[in-house]
Amino acid sequence: MLKVNDINVYYGAIHAIKGVSFEVNDGEIVTLIGANGAGKTTTLQTVSGLLHSRTGSIEFMGENIMGQPAHKLVGKGLAQVPEGRRVFLQMTVEENLEMGAYSQPKSSVAGGLERAYELFPRLSERRRQVAGTLSGGEQQMLAMGRALMSNPKLLMLDEPSMGLAPILVEQIFDIIRSLHKAGTTILLVEQNAQMALSVADRAYVLETGKIVSTGTGAQLLNDESVKKAYLGG
Amino acid sequence: MEFLSYLITGISLGSIYAIIALGYTMVYGIAKMLNFAHGDVIMVGGYVAFYSMTYASGSLLGDSPSAVATGLSTLVCVLLAMAVCTVLGIVIEGLAYRPLREAGSLAVLITAIGVSYFLQNAAQLLFGANPKNFTPVISGQLTLFGGQLRISYVALLTVAACIVIMVCLTLFTSRSKMGKAMRACSEDKGAAQLMGIHVNRTISMTFAIGSALAAIAGVLLCSYSPVLLPTTGSMPGIKAFTAAVFGGIGSIPGAFLGGILLGIIESMAQAYISTQLSNAILFAVLIVVLLVKPSGLLGKYVPEKV
Repeated sequence: MLKVNDINVYYGAIHAIKGVSFEVNDGEIVTLIGANGAGKTTTLQTVSGLLHSRTGSIEFMGENIMGQPAHKLVGKGLAQVPEGRRVFLQMTVEENLEMGAYSQPKSSVAGGLERAYELFPRLSERRRQVAGTLSGGEQQMLAMGRALMSNPKLLMLDEPSMGLAPILVEQIFDIIRSLHKAGTTILLVEQNAQMALSVADRAYVLETGKIVSTGTGAQLLNDESVKKAYLGG
Repeated sequence: MEFLSYLITGISLGSIYAIIALGYTMVYGIAKMLNFAHGDVIMVGGYVAFYSMTYASGSLLGDSPSAVATGLSTLVCVLLAMAVCTVLGIVIEGLAYRPLREAGSLAVLITAIGVSYFLQNAAQLLFGANPKNFTPVISGQLTLFGGQLRISYVALLTVAACIVIMVCLTLFTSRSKMGKAMRACSEDKGAAQLMGIHVNRTISMTFAIGSALAAIAGVLLCSYSPVLLPTTGSMPGIKAFTAAVFGGIGSIPGAFLGGILLGIIESMAQAYISTQLSNAILFAVLIVVLLVKPSGLLGKYVPEKV
């Protein structure tokens, strides 16, 4: 579904991503784990078109999407839940969801809203509320619901557990599992390696802009060096 | 009665400021830049309306046109001015500001000042430096209380136009898909892009709306004080910018409130204190308001949630 081949991304003179390649197959949950500053978010933003790579290629559903602007990719089935949620704080819950369906025909909005409220009943209770009044967990649900409004084939999640209480992290990961069961392919970026590896089919470990190891979720959970670096011994 | 008359003058003057301020505030809200050329778009609107109205009354309408024919031709001329300004706004944004999207805000500010001078000088070159005598779009006045209170139709038209614009813009930003996309862009352009919103097109659209409003403001302003010069737009532009800041820049109701209050303060200061000092008083009030409430009357401080 997604094939990233040898991308190099720079912030000015800083070489942030150094020849990263990975792929996500149809129906998989793939995770990129790594420490702060390893380049996880940069990688995702490059795939979603917010940043651009100087080399290589990014293939999505057989089409080279490299260099295409972000707003064009949403309609092709690529949605991203950005790091830090970035919901529109001054807009209502329902308006946020409507924005998620911006690339979709008007006729599909009502059905999308219904699905989002079914998945996140909390959002339904607060549909007329301004998003800035939601708690962190609710905002994360809103950000996920908003991304799902575009009926993505590939959903990319950037640190969905960031800043959330453990019980909420469990909830968010339950939702990720159920989305996956319903057929959505998922690319997950996480600092919470334990959680991420436990749901992932396959994983890549990113260190200072390079992929240093890869394997199935279970393999990496038991890998000594991964254990040492990311799982607290 | 005198007071009432000054108040009405203030409200109608303030309505013009409010219409201009809406352009400033919308562009600031979305592009996060101060478009100091906005005032000069007003002037261009004034000239387009002036020349097309002169042409219409000179060559198209007969010697004694009916009121309906005059009214219709004036309306067409105003629409033409709006169309020209809309295109001008889009072109200014595309040529001067878009290439600087990633540049610092100072570079954009200086460019805006440059565009402002460019428009003024281009107007002087094209239309000459001599003042044009603008024919008000509507003449006559309403006499109330046995002649004690006179309200010009221009003043009534101005207030009515301002209210209609305000209602339409509020509905547009709260109900329409494009309006909501504008609000999304004003909050977070990156997230808006991830929704599939074409940010550049949305910014373009904002300039188009602001500039069309500037054309209306130009026609009303010139009907109110009928001397048209290449620098006609600059002082009202600055005052309307003040009004936008006064009300809380980025906020549409704020621009409305700020504009009306500014008009009333100016009119009252001229009537009861001093004509020469009215602008000084105006800006003194602004400074006091900003000291007490830095975000303006209706501006909100939105804390960032992490």
